[in-house]
Amino acid sequence: MTNLVTATNLSVKRGQNILLHEIDLQVRAGEIVTIVGPNGAGKSTLLRTLIGATSFNGTLQLKPGLTIGYVPQKLHLEPSLPLSVRRFLNLPIRQKQKDIHNALEAANATSLIRQQLRDLSGGEFQRVLLARALINKPELLILDEATQGLDHLGADSFYRQIEVVRQTLGCAILMVSHELHVVMAASDRVICLNGHICCEGTPDFVASNPAYQELFGLDSSSALALYRHHHDHNHDHSHSHSHSHIHSHEHEQEHIRNHGHEHSHDHQHPMDSQS
Amino acid sequence: MIAMLDDFFIRAVLAGIGVAIIAAPLGCFVIWRRMAYFGDATAHASILGVALALSFSTSVFLGALIIALMMAISISVLSGRGYAMDTLLGVMSHSALAVGLVVASLLTGLRIDLMAYLFGDILAVGKDDLFIIICGAAIIAAFIYWRWSALLVSTLNSDLAAAAGVNAKREQLLLNIALAVIVAMAIKIVGILLIAAMLIIPAATVRLFSHTPEQMAIFAAGVGIVSVIGGMNASYQLDLPAGPAIICVAASLFIISNLMRLMTDMHSAR
Repeated sequence: MTNLVTATNLSVKRGQNILLHEIDLQVRAGEIVTIVGPNGAGKSTLLRTLIGATSFNGTLQLKPGLTIGYVPQKLHLEPSLPLSVRRFLNLPIRQKQKDIHNALEAANATSLIRQQLRDLSGGEFQRVLLARALINKPELLILDEATQGLDHLGADSFYRQIEVVRQTLGCAILMVSHELHVVMAASDRVICLNGHICCEGTPDFVASNPAYQELFGLDSSSALALYRHHHDHNHDHSHSHSHSHIHSHEHEQEHIRNHGHEHSHDHQHPMDSQS
Repeated sequence: MIAMLDDFFIRAVLAGIGVAIIAAPLGCFVIWRRMAYFGDATAHASILGVALALSFSTSVFLGALIIALMMAISISVLSGRGYAMDTLLGVMSHSALAVGLVVASLLTGLRIDLMAYLFGDILAVGKDDLFIIICGAAIIAAFIYWRWSALLVSTLNSDLAAAAGVNAKREQLLLNIALAVIVAMAIKIVGILLIAAMLIIPAATVRLFSHTPEQMAIFAAGVGIVSVIGGMNASYQLDLPAGPAIICVAASLFIISNLMRLMTDMHSAR
């Protein structure tokens, strides 16, 4: 498979501080890679390096002609700047009407085109940012804690939208996420970052890795149990979505939910009690 | 037409309009990027330029421009390296102001009319001043037209800009330079103390009525032009200082626009 991104021995310094050191990273076409790590681990810095927003040492090879879509962390909007969604998507380069339309549709944000950015809710604005990232039909979509500031429902629906996008565009996704249940369920590969890469591999492998467990202070069973549980569920119920069931596993007591006609993805439970 | 320029009043109005037109879009960026203090600090620092220009008997515009550019460039280079921008501005502008005042006090041979530089001396705009202002305005207008989209996207977010291939740091530097130029140009018009007002008040006045960034810039230019003409007329008829009169008109327009907005809001709420 082709590598979209190959970083070798990548380091980033700011003043005296070493934010990232000796990072080796590959992203292959079509895969979902998630970066997890504590605050200040350099997750955002790594993504910003890939889009060319930070200087670095080492080598960074991008596939020639690689198109990247970037969705930043929830960004502060200056309320005094009047800007419609349409205008925002046309900045800094005027785009084809058709591309804008397709991108908005892919991000489920078509109805927002005439709105002013400052009037959008958090979830709507994230969808607009996603649309913006999709305009040039990226081969690699980079998401930096894209659901920060959204509630669980909003985050869930955002990630579902991402899944749809990946299926239609076939792009690779590199994302930072704090929502471990999403990470564990949806990633091909997880990279555990804390200034350097502590461990990486399949979600299973990382979750059971001592370096990961130490970083997150999880008792080893919970994240994995959650993942497994979710996985089992998928298999158990994949042919019976429509019945109603109530979970009452030990670590989801606060989150007993009644699933009606929802898809099995909704079995994931928010991890806020653990994290 | 050229003979008209012999009239000091016409020259003053034209110079004022030239500055107002380019102050409008730059003022919008000042508001959007929350750099209100930048205009003020750069203007204060340019006192040093004025004092140095007088002591070397060169053009005041040139002296002010050089100091303002030095401020703008060093702020851009130094910011993000351990000091917040307003800290750097505070240190540099007040140091430059203090040195400027000391230099001015050493100029015993000359009696400097400091008031003229603090509050502007628009009625004393000569043909060469007018020429400088018109050329400067044209250059800055062309610059803004050229960089408009890139400046807008870097104003929104530097990472989004980077993802779109725009270097936000460079755009910031270019904007700072443009602001330094307008500060140097506006000293003659409204004076050092009121330059920031010339940048901010017109843009703030039209903020609530604008739906696009372009609209805001154009409306602000309109408010600026009305303020210059109104202020100049008030100054002529009531014998008021021209620079402050211009800003007073702009401030009145700001108040009126907010009252209008308040009334329409109340009306629609009912």
